[in-house]
Amino acid sequence: MQLARVVGTVVTTHKDANLAAVKLLVLQPLAPDGTAAGRALVAVDAAGAGVGERVFFVRGKEASFPFHPVEVPTDAGVVGIVDHWDLVP
Amino acid sequence: MTIGRVIGTVVSTQKHRKFEGAKLLLVQPVDLRDQPKGPALLAVDGVGAGIFEKVLLVIEGRAAAEILGRKGAPVDAAIVGIIDEIDVREVA
Repeated sequence: MQLARVVGTVVTTHKDANLAAVKLLVLQPLAPDGTAAGRALVAVDAAGAGVGERVFFVRGKEASFPFHPVEVPTDAGVVGIVDHWDLVP
Repeated sequence: MTIGRVIGTVVSTQKHRKFEGAKLLLVQPVDLRDQPKGPALLAVDGVGAGIFEKVLLVIEGRAAAEILGRKGAPVDAAIVGIIDEIDVREVA
């Protein structure tokens, strides 16, 4: 999993039927120091996250597991909202 | 499997139910010379690892879900061991 900030949402009208009921979020992955790390990506939401929140997301086919038995065609999914994290000093 | 160093802890209240009770740690993958390699990631802890320990990581979903003991858990990384020592004769 990786840390990210939700920076936006995506609206699509014409899409795969199994994507019909899911919310799509734009994520900016974060480094442990809170700075942006790498390219933004679109992920499905399985945690009820919203714009501005810090979250963690899973990559790969596991991102579709929260929607079982529906096979959502995704490669990234938000699975938790982060309250805070602590680093080694 | 990959080698990593635990660099932090993460607290999350609202998360997918399959994560309930799981401990989440921030891990920085490292190379054989202990230098950071690639971005830091979150892993579920299956062995009781602590801050700054060197650990063995699996970055693969099925293995990570097995660590949680829950089928179909949406996880992609887990700590499966605490490394006491690595003995390498040649480092490329």
